[in-house]
Order: sequence, then structure tokens, then C-alpha cells
Amino acid sequence: MLTAADLVTLLPLILVGTTAVVAMLAIAWQRHHAGTALIAGVGLVLALLLLPVASTGSPPLMQVDGLAQMASTLILLSALVTVILSHHYLSGYIGPREEFYLLVLCATAGALGLVASDHLAMLFISLELLSMPLYGMLAYSFRAERSLEAGIKYLLLSAAATAFLLFGMALIYARTGHLDLAGISGALADAPDAWMLAGAALMIVGLGFKLSVVPFHLWTPDVYQGGPAPATIFLATVSKLAVFVVLLRLVLAAPVFESDWLQAVITVLALLTMLGGNLLALFQSNLKRLLGYSSIAHFGYLLVAIAVGNALAVETTGVYLLTYLVTTLAAFGVVTLLSSPFGGEDADGLPLYRGLFWRRPYLAAVMTVSFLSLAGIPLTAGFIGKFYVIALGVADGRWWLVGGVVAGSAIGLYYYLRVMVTLYLPEPGMRRRDVTNDWGSRLGGITLVTLAIVILVFGIYPAPMIDWVQDLSVSVASISGAWRG
Amino acid sequence: MILVWLIVIPFLGGLLCWQADRWSEQAPRWIALGTMLFVLVISLVLWAAGDFALPSGGETPWLLEWRTDWIPRFGIEIHLAMDGLSLILVALTGFLGALAVLCSWREIGQRIGFFHLNLLWILGGVVGVFLALDLFLFFLFWEMMLVPMYFLIALWGHSGSAGQTRIRAATRFFIYTQASGLLMLVAILALVFIHFGNTGEFSFSYEVLLKTEVPEAIAPWLMLGFFVAFAVKLPVVPFHGWLPDAHAQAPTAGSVDLAGILLKTAAYGMLRFALPLFPEESAAFAPVAMVLGLVGIVYGAVLACGQQDIKRLIAYTSISHMGFVLIAIYSGSELAIQGAVVLMVAHAFSSAGLFILSGQLYERIHTRDMRIMGGLWGRIPTLPGFTLCFVAASLGMPATANFVGEFMILFGTFPTAPVVVIIASTGLVMAAIYSLILMQRVHFGPAYRDGALAGPDWREYGMMLALLALVLLIGLYPQPLLDTTAGMSGRVVELFAGPAQSLAETAGEVR
Repeated sequence: MLTAADLVTLLPLILVGTTAVVAMLAIAWQRHHAGTALIAGVGLVLALLLLPVASTGSPPLMQVDGLAQMASTLILLSALVTVILSHHYLSGYIGPREEFYLLVLCATAGALGLVASDHLAMLFISLELLSMPLYGMLAYSFRAERSLEAGIKYLLLSAAATAFLLFGMALIYARTGHLDLAGISGALADAPDAWMLAGAALMIVGLGFKLSVVPFHLWTPDVYQGGPAPATIFLATVSKLAVFVVLLRLVLAAPVFESDWLQAVITVLALLTMLGGNLLALFQSNLKRLLGYSSIAHFGYLLVAIAVGNALAVETTGVYLLTYLVTTLAAFGVVTLLSSPFGGEDADGLPLYRGLFWRRPYLAAVMTVSFLSLAGIPLTAGFIGKFYVIALGVADGRWWLVGGVVAGSAIGLYYYLRVMVTLYLPEPGMRRRDVTNDWGSRLGGITLVTLAIVILVFGIYPAPMIDWVQDLSVSVASISGAWRG
Repeated sequence: MILVWLIVIPFLGGLLCWQADRWSEQAPRWIALGTMLFVLVISLVLWAAGDFALPSGGETPWLLEWRTDWIPRFGIEIHLAMDGLSLILVALTGFLGALAVLCSWREIGQRIGFFHLNLLWILGGVVGVFLALDLFLFFLFWEMMLVPMYFLIALWGHSGSAGQTRIRAATRFFIYTQASGLLMLVAILALVFIHFGNTGEFSFSYEVLLKTEVPEAIAPWLMLGFFVAFAVKLPVVPFHGWLPDAHAQAPTAGSVDLAGILLKTAAYGMLRFALPLFPEESAAFAPVAMVLGLVGIVYGAVLACGQQDIKRLIAYTSISHMGFVLIAIYSGSELAIQGAVVLMVAHAFSSAGLFILSGQLYERIHTRDMRIMGGLWGRIPTLPGFTLCFVAASLGMPATANFVGEFMILFGTFPTAPVVVIIASTGLVMAAIYSLILMQRVHFGPAYRDGALAGPDWREYGMMLALLALVLLIGLYPQPLLDTTAGMSGRVVELFAGPAQSLAETAGEVR
């Protein structure tokens, strides 16, 4: 039963849900773009402030532990950045603008539920709550052909992924008679049989679609390119983060994921993903597609944590997701800002960025820092993440995966450098797409500069970040250790 | 604390240069020059005050040391230390850094502030490499200096022949060094986790890891991880693909830094890390390394003879000279290692001199193609004379520093590997050939065009005279240099000889 303590634990989720309702009522009462954005922003900030108050606990169907809290913090922060950037972006949009925030809030609530779910039913419901608003967000500027295409493509492939996921869950339920993770892992004292393995594999496929793991990545470039920039940001950060965390939770909790056969599958998927993502990005000249492929590669690196699946893996996941998040927000943020206010098509062609440094030095510096971080160059946050992944692989003796990370990073450098140097080349009378002159004093601009500074601070002095992640991941590791022991 | 300042000053100077761009065109140049001279002066003062006698027993071998916690989770510290070798290399960095600023005084006319930001950040990173004793910190600086170097080549470089754009050269340089660097990171991490497995403590400290007992099956692989990273940067022949292009397409300041300092970080890395961390494996690997060195000597020299581009020619001679350094490092003889240090310094001076001279030629005749040079001796006052001096130094003429270095290397290596020395000596003959080809094709022979060209101004004159004076000074009286590094090379030899001796002893007992 739901107790008062459970309600306190769920406060952030409840608050985000309430904000969505308030925003909806406000829209019904009077349309006001800035006002709705403000409501959404305030709701998210309040939820963020309440996170430390809301203690850990396990309400029905859920498990709010350190991992969930860490993920919730990151989700709320990313959603907040999305809202801030959307405001500037949507101010040029003809048509209803306010509903976008409604969709963002609903999806955020789904993500918050997903990372804390301890029951397959909860997992499914919150995954759908996360995905459904995303269809709307991706197809939001539906007058642009690509946006509509992106929305429909994501809808269809998501539906297919959901089918896989459900089938996998059904198989597992058929074998164990349990839907809660503790029950599943308890019912599996002896070695898993073929049905269990098939169920687990199907679930990995379903979640792998959302994470765009190669070979389930085909939707990613088109959707990234077609969706409006703020929707793409949300997809690349919140959605991927939440799905990854739940995958990690499954792996930690259910021993069936530990079987040799599935381990081999995950290792191969990880190798394919990190190499495939990087290779496909090599000759992209569309920045949003390029970032899409790059995010594929990054989740390939992260799959090393899934393959290893021990205490250090949880910490690695936390650190890597945190660094990936700030980096991706900054990189997509610049694209969004250059595309703001909305004018039919996003500024995503690489030639548009030629010589940006000589027009907008600080904006180009933000972009440079974020790309250095994506490439994992020292003194940026991305390096700490990559350091963790390699350390994890080395500590566990997964030499194939380590080799894959090294090779992937080397290939990745090529396209990251290409983008970076483009920013600094002189531009002989190129067609310009520029930010508005007051970008630096607007909230979006300030956010981006802050993100770049955060990337550098995490890179230069990562100790506080590591401590924070370590504190929060201790509880998870002990739980999974107890189950396994 | 002074060690921290040595690293921080170039970084701060770089930022200042970037902002100074808006005040005037000359301001960044003067700030950059002042910064590098400041670094040089600090290191010279330290040199004058230092005592480099072999430390006895339990004393630390470091002249200066500074450490503080950084990432306690993994026992990572900011640990800087300086001994004779790092001191010399830091001073060299300061000197060549100042030269790099001076030689781009007229060459770089665009985005001056940003250029000097990159230049100073490279030098800051290099100083960091020479001072870092924590392996994580070392790796950090090692990778960090690549980014500004990349920008230096990609943005201010020359485009070479068709299809060989400067961006390609820069990208290739970056990917080669970064990928090999990641292998080193993997090796470092493996070493750390082995140590963690043995003791239950994380540490990236050089002194702690020095005592780690690595399982025999893994140790050669870890040694190779380090070796490949350094071999790419040195460069050793199968890994040299980035060097000619990067040199040919870099601006003069970039070439000076690349040849003068960046290549030396690799030799430094071998002496400081690869050998002491894995002495037994390195001793076993020595024959392979020496053969690679020989291949480098011959390959570099032969290819240098066939080049049309004057900077590519000098680049290939670097490969040849670094082959000598590689042989010396793996010879396990104190004399040879001392010689390697001298040759490193000498090569820094002579190649910097040649690169600066080719930059000055480029400013006058706007080409680096030797086919359309010739007869310049009669057209430019003074510069051909300087070229002759540096060419003589590069081919190892007695009384120049290069002669001292090469002689000591060959002399020191002979007792352990006579065959290697005999083959390496042919490198000296080939050095004479390519050096004279350079001289003949550029400055003698029929003049390609007529008309007098401007002679050197005070700035160019000063740079050349300073370099030449140093080449001769070290060539005639290398003892101060040798005294400074005696402690370091003594220790390396001790480590290197340790396993070999014990092996010999056990072999004797078995018999």
C-alpha cells in the first residue's frame, strides 16, 4: 500500500505530473507562450529542489535508490535545459507553441518513473509515457516534411520495439510467474533455460531500439535530423538516459542477463555499436545526423558497463551519463540556438558553421569544448567518462571491448576534428545563418556558456562529481551484490 | 610551487595573447615572447642553483617536487618533479618557444592572438609532460598538447601538393598520436589495476608503480603499450606516417616546436617511463628496438635524399637522427644515454635552425620546392652562410653538438651491440650526402632567377646567431650538460642492468 513516506519519496514525480496538469489548464484558460514555459521551468526547478528532500524508499512497483535519484537529477536538469532552449526556438514558430511544454513535462514524468521502476508493468507503462509525447514532439513542426517523417518513423519503430519488449516480458513471466524484479531473480536459482534467455534477449532488443544500438539504429539519423532541435535534444539526453538506466537495473537485478550467451551477445552488440556509430558518422555533413551517429557510438562505449555489470559498472554509468549529458546538451544547444527562432528548417548543414569563431567567438568556443569532450580529449568531462569506461574494461579484463573503445575513439576523432576546424576556417562570403545578437544575455545563451564551463570544471577537477556518483551508486551495488551472493 | 608556475605561465600568457589581439597587432607577439623568456629564465635560474651530483642512498633524486591530491577516488595526484633531464628539456622548451614566437613575427599576419594562444598552450603542455610524475597527469598533458598543435597546422599551415591539404596533415597527426596515446592509457590502467590487485590501493604515482610486480605474461604487452605511444611520437619507422606531412604543412613555428620539442617528449617518455617501469621487458625488447632504430636511420636518410620539398627533407632527417636516439636509449650504456640527451638537444637546435632558415627562404622566394631554387648563395647575403653552418651541424661535423651526441652514442653502444653500431655509422655517411644535396640544390648551382633578395634583419640575425652559438658551445664544451643529466642516466642504466646482471648470475649458477 502507498504510505505517507512513499508519497514523500515520489514527490518529484508527483510534482512534475502536477505541473503538466497545471500547464494544460493554463493553456486552456489562456494561451501565453512565455507563461507556459515559465510554469514548466518552475515545476522542473521545484522538482529538482525536492529531490534531496525525497528520501530513498520503495513505493509499490518502484525502487527509489541512489541510481534512481542520480538519474532523476540528470533527467530534470536536461528537461530544464530543453525547456529553456525551446522557448527561444519556438518563439518563431507559427501555430500553437504552448503544447510543446506539456509534452516535455509528460515525457519527463515518464522518464522519472522509468528509472525507478522495479516491476515490469511499471517499466512498460513509464516507457510508453516517455515515448508517446516524443512522437508528438518530433513531429511538432509538422508542416516541415522531415519533421513529420521523423515523428512517424519513430512511432513505427518504437511500436515494433515495444512489441519485442512485451513479448520478452511475457516469456519471462511465463517461466517465473513474477513481474517484479526481485521475484524474477528469486525464481531463478538454477541456470536459466532457453525460454528465459529468449525473453531476456527480446527485452534487450526492445530497449536496444530505444538506445539505437547497432543493428537497431536505422531510425536514428533520420529522426535526429528531422525532429525540431529541442525535441532532438530531449530524445538524445532524457530518453536515452532513462532507458539505459533501466537496462542497467535489469542486468544488475536479474541473473539471466549474466549468462555467458547473453554476455557474448551484449559484447558483440557493444563492439558493433561503437564501431558502427563512428564509421557511419565519418562522412556526414549534416550536424544533427553526425551527432546522432556520435550518440550511437557513445552508447556503444556505455554498453561496456552493461557487459561487465558490477559495482564499478554502476559508477561508470553514472559518470559517463553525466559527462555525456552535459556534453550533448552543449553541442545540441549550439545547434538549437543557431536555429532559433524557428524558421522552417534547422541550421544543421556543416557549411553554415564555417568561420563561426570569427563571428561568434564564445558560441564557437562552447561548441569546441563540447566537441572536444565528445572526442574525449583530456581536461574535458568527456575524458573522465572515457577514462572510466576504459578503466572498467581493463579492470575486468575485457580486452576486446577495450580495443573497441580505443579503435572507436580513434575513428571518431576524424569527424569531431572536421567539425571543430570548420568553426575556425575563414569564410569567403558564405551564406550565413546567425544567432540573434543578444544571444549571450538570453537565458539560453547563459545556459550554454554555463554548460561549457561545467564541462571544463568536470574535466579539470572531477573529484566532487565522482564523489557524488559514488555515494549514490553504493546502495545499488550492495543490493545487486546481495541478490547475486 | 615554482614547478606549477612553469606550467601555468604559458597557459595564462596564451589567454592574455588571445585577448591582447584587440589592443594591437604587436601586443600578442610581445606578450608571447615575454612569457617564453620568463619560462627560460626561471629554468636557467634553477639550473644555476641546482646541485646535480648523484644522490646518495635514500635521498630523492628530484631537484624540486610538488604534490597535492587531485582525484582521491583513484589515488590520482598532481605530482610534479624535476631532475636534471627535465630541467634541460624545460629550458629547451623555453628557448625554442621564444624562437618560435620570433620566427613567426612576419610569417603570421592573421588571427595573431589566437595563433599565439595555440603556440603557448602547446608549450605549456610540453612543460607539463616534462614535469609530470603522476601517470594520469602525464597522459593528460601528453594528449592535451595535441589539440593546439592540430589547430596550428590546420589553420596557419601551408597547403602542399594537390590532395595533401594542411587539414589532412593535421588530422593524420592527431589521429596517430591520440590513438597510440590511448594504448598507453590502457597500459597505464592495466598497471594500476595490477597494483590494486596486489595491494588494494589505487595509485597512479610513478614511484609506487615502479615497484609493482607485474605478472610475466602481461608485462611485455604493457611495455609495448608504452613503447608504441612513444614510438609514434619519436617517430620510429613503421609509425612515422604523420611526420613528413605534418612538418611540410605546418607553419615555421609549428615545425620548430614539432622537431625541436615534441619529438623529444617521446624520448623523454622512454627514458622516464617505458624503461624504468619495465626494465626486464625492455632489456628483452632492446634488440628489436635497436633494429627499428637502424631501419629509421637508413630509411630516413635515403628518403631525405629524394625529397623535392625542403621541409620534407629536413623532416626525414629528423627520423634518421631519432633512430640514433632510439638505439642509444635501448643500449643500456650510460655513455650512450648521455649521448642521446646531447643529441636530443643538438638536434633541437640544428633542426630548428634549418626549419627557421627554410621559413625565411619561403618568405623571400615563396616556395619550398628545391627544383626551382638554386644559386641563392649569390642572391641573398648571409643566410646561405648560416645554412651551411646548420647543415654541417646536422651532418655531425666535429665541433658541433651533433658530433658529440652521435659520437657518444656510437662509442657507448659499441661494447653491447657492435654490429648495430657498424650499420648505424653508414647513417653518418648518408647524413653527409643529404646535407650536401640540400646545400647544393638550394644555394649553389645555376641561379633559377636573377635579382638580389633582402638579407636578414636584426631579428633573423639574432635568432641564427643564438642558435649557432649554442650548437658550437655544446659541441666544444658539453660537460655542464653531461653533469646535469648524469644522475638520471645513471639510474636508468642501473635499472636496465639490474635484471640483465641477475639473469647472468642465475645462468652462471645453473651452469
